[in-house]
Amino acid sequence: MPEPISVTVDGADWLVPPGITIAAAFTTRGQPGWRRTRLRGEPRGLSCGIGVCFDCLVTVNGTPGVRACLAEVRPGDVISTETGSGFAGSAAGPAAWEPEASVAAERCDVAVVGAGPAGLTAAVTAADAGCTVQVLDLGERPGGQFWRWGPATADGRFHHGWAAFTALRHRFDAHQAGGRIVCRPGHAVFQVQPPAGNESWFRVQAVAGDRERAYAWVLARAVVVATGAYDLQLPVPGWTLPGVMAAGAAQALLKSSAVTAGRRVVVAGAGPFLLPVAAGLAQAGARVVAVAEAGQPADYVRHPAALAASWRKLPEAAGYLARLTRHRVPVLRRHAVIAAAGDGRLESVTLARLDRDWRPVPGTERTMAADVLAAGYGFVPQVELLAEAGARLAGQAAVAGADQQTTVPGLFAAGETTGVGGSDLARAEGEIAGRAAARLVGRAVAPPARTVVRERAALRQFAAVMQAVHAVRPGWADWPGDDTVVCRCEEVTLGRMRAAAGLGADDARSIKLLARPGMGWCQGRICGPPVASLLASGLTPAESPSRPLAQPVPLSVLAQLAGPDSASKM
Amino acid sequence: MSQSFDAVVIGAGIVGAACAYYLTRAGLRVAVAERGTVASGTTGAGEGNILISDKQPGPELELTRLSQRLWRELGDELGPEAELDPKGGLVVAAGPAELSGLEQFAASQAEAGVRAQAVPPGELPELEPHLARGLAGGVFYPEDMQVQPMMAAALLLHRAAERGAELRFRHEVTGLETAAGRVTGVRTSAGLLSTELVVNAAGTWAGEVAGLAGLPLPVLPRRGFIVVTEALPVLIRHKVYTADYVANVASGSAGLEVSTVIEGTASGTVLIGASRERVGFDRSSSLRIVGLLAAQAARLFPVLAQARAIRFYRGFRPYCPDHLPVIGADDRLAGLLHACGHEGAGVGLAPATGHLIAQLAAGQEPSLPVAPFSPARFAEAARA
Repeated sequence: MPEPISVTVDGADWLVPPGITIAAAFTTRGQPGWRRTRLRGEPRGLSCGIGVCFDCLVTVNGTPGVRACLAEVRPGDVISTETGSGFAGSAAGPAAWEPEASVAAERCDVAVVGAGPAGLTAAVTAADAGCTVQVLDLGERPGGQFWRWGPATADGRFHHGWAAFTALRHRFDAHQAGGRIVCRPGHAVFQVQPPAGNESWFRVQAVAGDRERAYAWVLARAVVVATGAYDLQLPVPGWTLPGVMAAGAAQALLKSSAVTAGRRVVVAGAGPFLLPVAAGLAQAGARVVAVAEAGQPADYVRHPAALAASWRKLPEAAGYLARLTRHRVPVLRRHAVIAAAGDGRLESVTLARLDRDWRPVPGTERTMAADVLAAGYGFVPQVELLAEAGARLAGQAAVAGADQQTTVPGLFAAGETTGVGGSDLARAEGEIAGRAAARLVGRAVAPPARTVVRERAALRQFAAVMQAVHAVRPGWADWPGDDTVVCRCEEVTLGRMRAAAGLGADDARSIKLLARPGMGWCQGRICGPPVASLLASGLTPAESPSRPLAQPVPLSVLAQLAGPDSASKM
Repeated sequence: MSQSFDAVVIGAGIVGAACAYYLTRAGLRVAVAERGTVASGTTGAGEGNILISDKQPGPELELTRLSQRLWRELGDELGPEAELDPKGGLVVAAGPAELSGLEQFAASQAEAGVRAQAVPPGELPELEPHLARGLAGGVFYPEDMQVQPMMAAALLLHRAAERGAELRFRHEVTGLETAAGRVTGVRTSAGLLSTELVVNAAGTWAGEVAGLAGLPLPVLPRRGFIVVTEALPVLIRHKVYTADYVANVASGSAGLEVSTVIEGTASGTVLIGASRERVGFDRSSSLRIVGLLAAQAARLFPVLAQARAIRFYRGFRPYCPDHLPVIGADDRLAGLLHACGHEGAGVGLAPATGHLIAQLAAGQEPSLPVAPFSPARFAEAARA
């Protein structure tokens, strides 16, 4: 074990393992919640676990609003918990602020946003073809969420496909050493601006720096957006309690920090991803008391062709099931957690059997003790950058051609941004996108191997079947009640949304304008899909939400976008 | 299928909602036809200002005074959900030249009965503790108010519906039926609404509605961006803007004009405006404009430099060449009334507009002379 490091939390000295996230540090101290909300004063802790929901914010060394799920502890950090907005400006006074210097623009052939399986593959592929590549990623080190890792987990024992990652990283590091790839971790890209007029440069703009207060940008002739996806969570009574988190959040704690989210864990949701989450937690020593799968995996037999096309997935799932059996973890099909309860933190969950439409079957409810609920009903692609750049979307995913190019010339999408399909598909798409981007900027490069193209087709077919089998069914609308908070940021209850609907709001935008779901920090990333699903029986299909800033941007950074004439009159 | 109404209001923004509210209060049987839903146009992209501070003495100021009185009544009737807040407005001047212009403007307003209080620089921090130091001074307008405009529109329509109004959302108006020089109905994507009285409250799109009857009406879009911060503790207590705002509102320039307009909202966010430019219905983002707004906000309130913007949005103000709204009967087509062209003041002026429209519809003497707002003025201007 490496030497623990010392940090201060709300005035108390804590010794914690080095290199773990701040959220993991709270978890190891048995404290699942640390923030209090602005309106209701409710406790909150880790929720999405990957930087999307902004529910885990803390103040670090005087900077408020730091995502505890992303930031790692450093020796001597002074961490304080937040109530409400956490904004310290009123105390600091107007003179205390010094903006951080911006990072000078760098030009490159290809910019890649996201350093997960798709982004890393695209980057090394383009670099192999001779391109200069800049990789911008929100995380502290390359790998993305699928291969998220830290000093405590560098052996890959909690990971899948670690050998592939090691090989990829080897190539990535070699290109970094050779100067073709520049990796920029800790960059929150808030906009990708396509070339204007006769220009030929995309402008990729990010907030960077220790305090997330510096402006960084990269000019590129082609851009690959590989920003991945996050867990779809469905609001149920009690789901805002500390201890209730996305399945991916429990996974991220383990992968980044070798920390188990709790002692007695229930894993719930829909989709094959639940199995590795449960298996990982059990392997790490948590007691997984149940896995509740809302779908009916037996339905896979209705799609034998797609199954045959992706035969590798079967032993993988069977392997996880065998591990769960070994740990005596019961896997319940067509079950869901329809409520969570506890005093300030999760203490118990209510499980129920579901009918085909996911309505709870009366009389099947049972309550079991748990300190963690890890839930995920599939994934939502992160397509904000693509949508704002003008790329066409189909449903929640970007439309991409055979070469992974979006409807914006020079802008490519790879991995979950084109539709959720897992890491193998992401790597195939990343390779195709990397080659196409290299060709676009004038490099002589062979088209992708036919095996890669065939693999992409087969994996997409399997993903479509998987989504059909595990798709959220409308009966889930019976789980939350009128007093269930649906929008975590603005603390909007389902009842208030229904009142807005009674006033004539009939789509996501008008509900938002009247009742404020989606107006907060996460800009509706978390509550948007469930709100759309709750409204699905209504009149109007949801417009794709407009999120012109894909990340929060300090005004001091935004001000730098005004150009040189911004220093004129007040 | 055809249904018959005393009046059909086109548009469910704040102005259409106020018209429906006052028309039903006058006992008329009303339908509201709206291609989107409540507040889906400019009302849903605004700040909810009810300002008197930016009005120069003249017809619009009188309209504003009537509207402010009506808003105060409505605030009680619509309840706390409308978030009517008589917070007051503070106009600040950076240097002596701006201050002298501002003071002259305020003096002329005071003569017209507006409450305006000079604030010497030393007293600015009392009103706004986070305001930048070194400003030349300001004027405080205690009558300025703010409302949650989308909720206010929805509640006004709800009250109208309680009095029998039929709300036809997702019904796009496709034509105006006429016979013998008068209106006989409104064609929508879902059928005909028979009526002898049509109120064109289509905001920025009112020119298109008038065009359905072959009548030109010069209402054009003037684009604006608003930057929204994360929810913050109360840092900004009033609506605060710089003295150049009034000049920019009144400007006829098609080019970009940016003044600094800042206010907090009940939900904790701070709204930062205001840009004006005539670029048609261009929905693209301009990060340069957003950057200018951010830079100016951080100069006026240095504390905001470290606050984070979480979104920005764009809207299209319905403006007329002389910056006055269009309220009243169109003498080219009997039965057609206009209630549009309020530019950035639609929320503030909506109740007075609805009130006057209801009086005109009932054949009553209006509370204010409506001649300055008459659509006939454009024809006169063209002849002149």
